[in-house]
Amino acid sequence: MSDAHTPPIKVGLFVTCLADMFRPEVAFATVKLLEQAGCSVDVPDTQTCCGQPAFNSGDNQTSRDIARQTIKAFDGYRYVVGPSGSCIGMLHHYPELFTEDDPWKARAEDLKARAFEITSFLVDELGFSGIQSRFNGRITYHDSCSGLRELGIKQQPRQLLAEIDGVEMHEMQEAETCCGFGGTFCVKYPDISNRMVSNKTEFAADSGAETLVGGDLGCLLNMAGKLKREGREIDVRHVVELLADMTDNAAIGEADYDLGKAI
Amino acid sequence: MQIKSPEFKQSARIALQDENLQKALGNLKAGFPGKRAAAVARMPEFEELRDQARDLKNHILEHLDLYLEEFEARVVENGGQVHWCRTSEDARKTILQICREQDAKTVTKGKSMVTEEINLNEYLEENGVRPVETDLGEYILQLRGDHPSHIIAPAIHLNLEDVSEAFHEHHKRPKSDDPAELMAEAREMLRKQFVAADVGITGANFLVAETGSTIIVTNEGNGDLTQTLPKTHIVVSSIEKVVPTLEDMSLFLRLLARSATGQEYSVYNTLSSGNRRPDDQDGPENFHVVLVDNGRSDMVGTQFQEMLRCIRCSACMNHCPVYGSVGGHSYGWVYPGPMGSVLTPQMIGIEKAGLLPNASTFCGKCEEVCPVRIPLPKLMRHWREKEFEKHLSPKAVRWGLGGWAFFAKRPGLYRLMSASASRFMRLLGGKKGKVSSLPMAAGWTDHRDMPVPTGKTFMQQWKARQKQESK
Amino acid sequence: MSSRAEIFANIRRGLRRSEATDAQREAVRERLQSHPRNRIPARSQHDHPAQVELFVRMAEEAAAEIVELDSLEQLPTAAADALEQKGQSELVLASDPTLTELGWAAVRTRVECHQRTGQVGDEASLTLAFAGIAETGTLMLYSRPESPTTLNFLPDTHLVVLSKQDIVGPYEDAWDRLREASPGRLPRTVNMITGPSRSADIEQKLQMGAHGPRQLVIFLIP
Repeated sequence: MSDAHTPPIKVGLFVTCLADMFRPEVAFATVKLLEQAGCSVDVPDTQTCCGQPAFNSGDNQTSRDIARQTIKAFDGYRYVVGPSGSCIGMLHHYPELFTEDDPWKARAEDLKARAFEITSFLVDELGFSGIQSRFNGRITYHDSCSGLRELGIKQQPRQLLAEIDGVEMHEMQEAETCCGFGGTFCVKYPDISNRMVSNKTEFAADSGAETLVGGDLGCLLNMAGKLKREGREIDVRHVVELLADMTDNAAIGEADYDLGKAI
Repeated sequence: MQIKSPEFKQSARIALQDENLQKALGNLKAGFPGKRAAAVARMPEFEELRDQARDLKNHILEHLDLYLEEFEARVVENGGQVHWCRTSEDARKTILQICREQDAKTVTKGKSMVTEEINLNEYLEENGVRPVETDLGEYILQLRGDHPSHIIAPAIHLNLEDVSEAFHEHHKRPKSDDPAELMAEAREMLRKQFVAADVGITGANFLVAETGSTIIVTNEGNGDLTQTLPKTHIVVSSIEKVVPTLEDMSLFLRLLARSATGQEYSVYNTLSSGNRRPDDQDGPENFHVVLVDNGRSDMVGTQFQEMLRCIRCSACMNHCPVYGSVGGHSYGWVYPGPMGSVLTPQMIGIEKAGLLPNASTFCGKCEEVCPVRIPLPKLMRHWREKEFEKHLSPKAVRWGLGGWAFFAKRPGLYRLMSASASRFMRLLGGKKGKVSSLPMAAGWTDHRDMPVPTGKTFMQQWKARQKQESK
Repeated sequence: MSSRAEIFANIRRGLRRSEATDAQREAVRERLQSHPRNRIPARSQHDHPAQVELFVRMAEEAAAEIVELDSLEQLPTAAADALEQKGQSELVLASDPTLTELGWAAVRTRVECHQRTGQVGDEASLTLAFAGIAETGTLMLYSRPESPTTLNFLPDTHLVVLSKQDIVGPYEDAWDRLREASPGRLPRTVNMITGPSRSADIEQKLQMGAHGPRQLVIFLIP
């Protein structure tokens, strides 16, 4: 935590492709939270994607190229923070891409040590507990796989959500089971993915929650898309939207004005 | 067993529509994971045991040749014989040869996935030896001309009605739909076979180098009758199952049942050391251990070596959402689920098995429950690397990936590209906030709507904001 | 090249060495000779009365029946009672004098005793356990002329006598006792038995009595 006397903590925001393109609010909410926690936030403009599509498709050469680009983009920042366990988890995989004798290995390790998902950064690294937000309603939380199993994110978002005035947590069954997104998995194996996301939306509906919350846009787009297709009236939002008190706009997959006009 | 792994997608689609299968898979999901969790909760040392088991397996693999030599020497001292088989074919021939030496007509079998792997039953039948499966699940499958869909619960894909029908047809008895009656019927039928058998074949969960013992772990007791009553006992096992000592075996046994069925310990854990002793009144006169390699020694020293730690508990498939959706047969060969997706490409080739290591969201649940901490997602990813290196990935995937990579490596172009993609999607579905049909992403929109971007990209908006602030 | 040679060559190639080094051989020899214990769960690390109590609890949890006797002499009557309860009257005894020399004559109207190996159709058998393992309520028996293995598996009911003194905490204590009882090499068969036979192969619903005994009765003697 910082006060007037300590210099702000320098954070480079890892935007993530999905937040960049599908839901910029998520990145803005992340910036807002970081600033509330006493950080100064920069957005290096040489970042693109974390490289996960290449990495998970077995294309290590491309993954390495992108890893080097990302490492360079975030040189000099005390921390690298992003609103996704999956993408930050990918940054944690970078060291695997380089051999011991490659100087990039050490740089990748260094990046890994500085890279955090937003909720775990706030809770584990900063011990932040200054959430100023109000959200009236019943919510349920989906634990995205990469965040949960690669980065140990489970209690952090729940702890922060509990600080919001008016929020009521209703845990769903199998909150830790994969939603079936899996990056390219959902288009390579659409039928299996569909079964998995259908299980998920059913559990979400059974929980009695009005809003399904999670920390990864990939999963959230998947679940929101399914909920819409099923005609279920459950809103889907990224956890930072609630934490940063930025829930005035439409939920994922909804529009309260013609989004095409924002050109 | 016929290889159907290249048809994984079609098989999966059919499996997803199969109501009976889905009902049966529900039994799996409702059972194993909860039972495992309860057993683990009762054992505060469980995580530490997993660490030790991983480290011990690594030690064994680094000294695999030495432990195998010791094991072999002790088996021989105990009065048994060891047969080394590089391939499935070697193993089949070796086993048939032993059966022929005994002039065997009937062979009883305890549950063994390695014998599935080497396609033993079919081979014995073709050569005039009748194999009789004695594990209840395996027996049901044999009557139906079916194969296991799970490594410890082989008939998990069947419902009561299927069993009832198979028994009615083959036992010529009135049809029963009481599982207890059906089991009693199998018990009665198989008693005759146990006694009639000339040779009994079992697998082994572990091979103990210290004592030259093999061990089987069962709940039914069929493996014990299989190996005790006939004159000859053949153990068919694979080379990575060797462990140093009885103490080391105990470490793995503490993990095995808890990870598998959630039991504290399986009912029967039986060590077999050689043939019957001179004054013994029962037990086999001949003891053979057939050690199958079948590609395993090729994994030593490679990035797949960690897979050799596997103790075949099935926890990975019991917890896998993909396995839970499509069942074991969809995988199209012997070993299903995450462990199978790593092992199958090694055994039948990545060319045929490529769809398996891709059929994972990398959710990591399998690694989370693996008693010997095999990083299954990482190993599946290594197979994807092999596939990519060999240019086996589908063209659409390669081109799509290539196009994406071109932009991802050029931040300036990437910005333009995402800005125009955002704009395009917003023009399509901006009014509703979603699109319901997008031909280029049919895999997505066939089943769910596609939320559209909510405005200009973050990078565009951020830049505008920075400009505003600097004014 | 033989399969054996090929397999060993392959393993060594994978390990990037030809023959193992002396240090590696020594590490293996050392492990086999000293058979060090791995982590042993605290559950069974208590005094002997607590271990007996744990054994009983775990064995009952695994669906074994426990009958406590004040002395071995009570066994014939207790065995007869147990069989009567199950509607059985034939008993095959292991030929261990500890069992055979008991006063079976006193119960001969209720129980017909035999001494032989197990056979298909046997109602009940009686054997002597070598050890009881408290950790999971597990019996350890091994094959020897006076204790044929078929008796542990063929009968419908398996009666086992276990002396409380032979109850140990973890498996490792039983291995030490077994090494002492059977120096040089293990008996042909060592059975660890935890409750009666069962299967859940039909719809994952547990049914008792698959191929082995349907009932397991443990007589605990002082």
